[in-house]
Amino acid sequence: MIVKQLSVFLENKSGRLARVTEILGENNINIRALSIADTTDFGILRLIVNKPNEAYKLLKEEQFMVSLTDVIAVEVPDRPGGLAGVLKILEPYNINIEYLYAFMEKSSNNALVVFRVEDLEKAIKILTDNGVKVLTGNEVYSL
Amino acid sequence: MFRNREEIKEIQLHRLKELVKRVYERVPFYRQKLDAIGFTPDKLKSLEDLRHLPFTTKQDLRDNYPFGLFAVSLEEIIRIHASSGTTGKPTVVGYTKNDIDLWSELMARSMRNAGVTSRDIIHNAYGYGLFTGGLGFHYGAEKLGATVVPVSGGNSKRQLMLMEDFGATVLTCTPSYALHLAEEMEEQGISRDRLKLRLGIFGAEPWSEELRAKIEEKLKIKAIDVYGLSEILGPGVAMECQEQKGLHINEDHFLPEIIDPDTGEVLPYGEKGELVITTLTKEGIPLLRYRTRDITALYPEPCACGNVLIRMDRVTGRSDDMLIIRGVNVFPSQIETVLLSLGYTEPHYMIVVDKKGALDQLEVWVELSEQFFSDEVKKLEQWEKKVEGELFTVLGINAKVRLVEPRSIPRSEGKAKRIWDRRELK
Ligand SMILES: [Zn+2]
Repeated sequence: MIVKQLSVFLENKSGRLARVTEILGENNINIRALSIADTTDFGILRLIVNKPNEAYKLLKEEQFMVSLTDVIAVEVPDRPGGLAGVLKILEPYNINIEYLYAFMEKSSNNALVVFRVEDLEKAIKILTDNGVKVLTGNEVYSL
Repeated sequence: MFRNREEIKEIQLHRLKELVKRVYERVPFYRQKLDAIGFTPDKLKSLEDLRHLPFTTKQDLRDNYPFGLFAVSLEEIIRIHASSGTTGKPTVVGYTKNDIDLWSELMARSMRNAGVTSRDIIHNAYGYGLFTGGLGFHYGAEKLGATVVPVSGGNSKRQLMLMEDFGATVLTCTPSYALHLAEEMEEQGISRDRLKLRLGIFGAEPWSEELRAKIEEKLKIKAIDVYGLSEILGPGVAMECQEQKGLHINEDHFLPEIIDPDTGEVLPYGEKGELVITTLTKEGIPLLRYRTRDITALYPEPCACGNVLIRMDRVTGRSDDMLIIRGVNVFPSQIETVLLSLGYTEPHYMIVVDKKGALDQLEVWVELSEQFFSDEVKKLEQWEKKVEGELFTVLGINAKVRLVEPRSIPRSEGKAKRIWDRRELK
């Protein structure tokens, strides 16, 4: 149930983000989810795409600093308090969430949220035990 | 003072003979070097024979760290000074009682020649400490009988208050700090009329005629250039007179030559090259043909001020890649060493020097390498902080580290390309 996320280092100068999306577009790679964390000097672009290994190779060839990071994709009820409910489940277990961000698309009536946590296996077990759906990689890539 | 150049040459030759004899007898390093080329002190007959002698480099000082080149026992050394080196270890120099007296005497001589008198109040904002700037001016001012205010660096607001209250007539500091003070005055709305300043003596970092004009206009003073380096003495090696047309070298104590930095050949007067200095009279750490790496030219023609001491141009550059940032020597190799020690196998970096207001800012751009990449901002920022901390330990000044993308820094075009000095443009 682990999803591969692309993490790309970008300097804060114009055209770099555009270049990444261009490369992916030209190669028919679809972006499923995206977030950017930035400082004054640089940013880290995080992407969920339908073909992560291929995208990784392409960006690498273009000299981007890119890595594949293991994350999980979690279904969250698309209503007020939906995300809070999921976070509450994890709270007692000391699961440290490094960051999270939402997918653009929904799966059925639920929102999809990417979680980056330290102990993936533990988080997956807690969530599924509590009736929260964690998507498999293939489910995410074929959305 | 000397009436003509012949008089100077006579004294130079006499002192040079004594010097070569002295280092041959007392400094094993020189004895080996001279023996290696079969040169014995009695072979030195004229000033021209100097060119057969070997050079001394900063590397030699480093190899003999800390006291290996001293020509006297530590008992006779009464002062140690040091400047930053390329490997974290500083370059160390020692002064005997006579050396300190000579230093004071030469500083007083040069300052007098620049127009300073015993009635002046000297606001000395050069740093006091291991750096030679502060104490060099201090002793010179005292020797001259002027009133010296040993304020050292920092706290510009307080500096301006003291300059006004004490009625300072002469300001001594780095040129960038002088400009900074001028700007601080403008910012605080302090009128120039409240200061009695008439003269400034600025050095310890390269500066331009443009900057001189700016400082003179803003502070309404005459700005005098001073040259020195701790290996030779500190300030007091050379200073401009009121004519401001070159710096008079105290050549009866420091014998200058200009060489081609690539071949080591001595160049004729007027040609640009690397300044090489032989310390004729220093006791603590006498040096034969020390390569300063500073680029300048020599002019023996008489000066309008009447002083016959030879003049050198304002230093226009370096024959190595040393940078002077806030008065501190910085070598690209130091930065490389830090990156290598942190695990970079082939560090790609760019040194960017800029000015923020009047003060130098140092940035080091480092290409991010695979092993330090993380998808978390926090970890990358921690990495930047770590590199900054290591750089501070080695350089002694703050540098801001900026991570950049792989392959974004130009490749393999030599070290010069690693430096982007944007100060020159301002
Ligand atoms: Zn003169």
